[in-house]
Amino acid sequence: MRGSCHPKNTRDRAVCMTNCPTLIVTVGLPARGKTYISKKLTRYLNWIGVPTKEFNVGQYRRECLKIYKSFEFFRPDNEEGLKIRRQCATSALNDVRQYLSVEGGQVAVFDATNTTRERRGTIVKFAEQNGFKVFFVESVCEDPEVIAQNIVQVKLGSPDYIHCNSEEAIEDFMKRIKCYESSYQPLDEVLDRDLSYIKIMDVGRRYLVNRVVDHIQSRIVYYLMNIHITPRSIYLCRHGESDLNIKGRIGGDSGLSARGKEFAKHLRKFIQEQNIKDLKVWTSQMKRTIQTAECLGAPYEQWKSLNEIDAGVCEEMMYEEIQEHYPLEFALRDQDKYRYRYPKGESYEDLVQRLEPVIMELERQENILVICHQAVMRCLLAYFLDKTADELPYLNCPLHTVLKLTPVAYGCKVESVYLGVDSVNTHRDRPENVNVQRSTEDALQTVPAHF
Amino acid sequence: MSGTQRDNGPANSTEAKKTDLRMNEKKCSWASYMTNSPTVIVMIGLPARGKTYMSKKLTRYLNWIGVPTKVFNLGVYRREAVRAYKSYDFFRHDNEEAMKIRKQCALVALQDVKAYLTEEGGQIAVFDATNTTRERRDLIQAFVKENAFKVFFVESVCDDPEVIAANILEVKVSSPDYPERHRERVMDDFLKRIECYKVTYQPLDPDDYDKDLSFIKVINVGRRFLVNRVQDYIQSKIVYYLMNIHVHSHSIYLCRHGESNHNIEGRIGGDSELSPRGKQFAHALREFIDEHELSDLKVWTSQLRRTIQTAEELGVPYEQWKILNEIDAGVCEEMTYEMIQETFPEEFALRDQDKYHYRYPGGESYQDLVQRLEPVIMELERQGNVLVVCHQAVMRCLLAYFLDKGADDLPYMKCPLHTVLKLTPVAYGCKVEMFYLNVEAVNTHRDRPLGNIPRDSAILHRRNSYTPLSSHDQVKRPRLYSAGNQPWLPLAPTPSALMPEGRQSQESLCEGIDFDSPEDSSGCVRF
Repeated sequence: MRGSCHPKNTRDRAVCMTNCPTLIVTVGLPARGKTYISKKLTRYLNWIGVPTKEFNVGQYRRECLKIYKSFEFFRPDNEEGLKIRRQCATSALNDVRQYLSVEGGQVAVFDATNTTRERRGTIVKFAEQNGFKVFFVESVCEDPEVIAQNIVQVKLGSPDYIHCNSEEAIEDFMKRIKCYESSYQPLDEVLDRDLSYIKIMDVGRRYLVNRVVDHIQSRIVYYLMNIHITPRSIYLCRHGESDLNIKGRIGGDSGLSARGKEFAKHLRKFIQEQNIKDLKVWTSQMKRTIQTAECLGAPYEQWKSLNEIDAGVCEEMMYEEIQEHYPLEFALRDQDKYRYRYPKGESYEDLVQRLEPVIMELERQENILVICHQAVMRCLLAYFLDKTADELPYLNCPLHTVLKLTPVAYGCKVESVYLGVDSVNTHRDRPENVNVQRSTEDALQTVPAHF
Repeated sequence: MSGTQRDNGPANSTEAKKTDLRMNEKKCSWASYMTNSPTVIVMIGLPARGKTYMSKKLTRYLNWIGVPTKVFNLGVYRREAVRAYKSYDFFRHDNEEAMKIRKQCALVALQDVKAYLTEEGGQIAVFDATNTTRERRDLIQAFVKENAFKVFFVESVCDDPEVIAANILEVKVSSPDYPERHRERVMDDFLKRIECYKVTYQPLDPDDYDKDLSFIKVINVGRRFLVNRVQDYIQSKIVYYLMNIHVHSHSIYLCRHGESNHNIEGRIGGDSELSPRGKQFAHALREFIDEHELSDLKVWTSQLRRTIQTAEELGVPYEQWKILNEIDAGVCEEMTYEMIQETFPEEFALRDQDKYHYRYPGGESYQDLVQRLEPVIMELERQGNVLVVCHQAVMRCLLAYFLDKGADDLPYMKCPLHTVLKLTPVAYGCKVEMFYLNVEAVNTHRDRPLGNIPRDSAILHRRNSYTPLSSHDQVKRPRLYSAGNQPWLPLAPTPSALMPEGRQSQESLCEGIDFDSPEDSSGCVRF
């Protein structure tokens, strides 16, 4: 996870993802989705525990140039412009080297047009010198509607066009694209047959994959082949309040309380009102999510991997009991909630590994409602909202609240809908004192109220 | 898994039909769940391009993950129709008589495909033939449309003469078409056969004629892939699988951990340490590896003590996979079979009725294990030489994948302690060599019970979501590291509660494991 960048930690992973660092290089004309792919891929790789960072050359150019005047900067005959752009690329590559060789990163995404063979040759040489593997991701698209959509969604709000109105911006951008077109040399089946790459055509209608050499590249290809940009919404919520929730106990497999059942009814109403096309519903294999879904009256699928985090010896205990019986464990958990593993149970880190196939499937799906549990929902939310390992275990996921996530531009819009049914609060913040010697009072400072 | 989807109960009553459906529903694997309409996978390519190799491998994989799949090889149908194969003349495109027979065979095969997918409970049919002309593919598409199936094409294109020659030698020379097996003559005839097809070969055209089809073009044995219009989950899994397999020769070594203390007591599950004989086995395993001079051997273990201790002895870097952990026996963890029979006689009986689908309360079933192990299989396909040190149930699942065993046989496969199985892919299957390393051990194998166990309907009413407490599971220990890997630097001191008595730090778990000293404690911390 980003933030938990702990180079040695990632080599802990059960599967050795990479031996030497990998440099992913995007290729394509402007407005082909390169930055979208870069950001999404970076988010995914960080979430599964591979420290990844993106380096957007456009940012470097903006820093260098301060004020963007017009597309003229990008004209192929603009010597001054070419010099500055080359400098920016070099500067970005230096930072890449710093990240991969010194700071312990494992994957760097070099996000730029990289449309000429010459530029790509430079990058390949740079990678060879530093012992990095290179994998190209080219996006090719000629559909004018898709390109127009892109421009409207992400370019109009760019710092480059802050002082223009929409029409001017679009016009300038189209001319900018033209500047690249004449010198564009797409990856070629023959000339580039020794490179490792994936060519994505028409937003995923077709893929050309060449020379995948290792595990991480094959994972990247699999991921890229599963994502899509069809508009859709993901609804995340927890099961209704359960009997154990009321008593302040964690884990277990209890049924819904009276208020929980009320919530299920409200959820049904909410879903009907939203009028969602072809909604899929997923639950875990625990009673409380299944009972919640049953009320919806629609077919649903049960996933064992959506089961709540296994609290091992602490299952079905109240926090007060955990403090009484395992004060050391309790303190250790507060010190590093993401990596802490309950004795005979799981950690959030284990949970993320368990949930990876669910994420892959969520990417493939369109409209979907996932009824799950607190820790699981935190993990899923962290993936969509790009939260770090430090933030993940403290994300707020209250009962009886539905989160609607809608992908927009480079991220995700979140709407929180509280369905108006009372419930206990199950959220426990990090207490101030996490010392193993702390008093019981300090330890229980943030435990939420219960019956 | 194939072959167990349908029960032959009374076909008439609605009660039986409901039972049938519930049986199917209950036995549905997660992967099977994801596929809705039946799919026909259509292979395309000149002879000796690896179509049958890919068909059989893909079928084996899909069946293993629980999607009933079957191959329909046109060559088999042709051999039925034309008893004696004379020569490549049969395949000449101007041989009208032969063309008629070949078309007839295709139609018969497609009828069988239809029966399999609509009546016999199949979900995927692999139509293995050259299918090199647009005419033939249009015929298939019409058939597919008529029956509301999905279709996915897999084309293999290869122009490397060495690869083709190697293919011919490996599989064609021993084909029923060439009983005399005179290599040169076979090679000669076969190459002429290929020429016959070349004349009329129309490869998939992604830019124009075939741009709306769903397909993957495999170029030069996986050097390059062209993927077009993947429609659903199962097609994306197929593409991922095809992109991970390769034809380089490599061997996979499977073995269990050395004999453990629990093994000796007849207890299942748990996280005990190696017995003295188990330690001996670890030594013997090290010698075995040295003897076989395995270059670049990767070693994988689970995260349970007994496999880690076995691997530690090998003195080479190894990777720990949590998903290689033994099957979780839930409430029955660490019991002997006698204790289980005494405490949970009903569960014990249920398990014998259907060992593959039976799930321990609070634990797992073999079917769950297969789902858990799928990423391991994918990785094993990608790798070169690998030694997997695992557990009895896990090893059975892995073995069943390589040897294409069904749900009925899988839970009863013999995987004795202190024995290494070497699997080498050959032709369309896997060669198995067994190496008993001459260190005695208890036998942990429980045979299939004799006599007709009445198929109780009780098994159909098992709740899937019964998970009371977390299982009395293995102690989830902080990881050990072998010589080659970096020790984990914990952010907090490793809780002493997790350590066996007397040990303080992470590092001391790695060092100083004295294989010669008597055990001081079982090390399993009970709360």
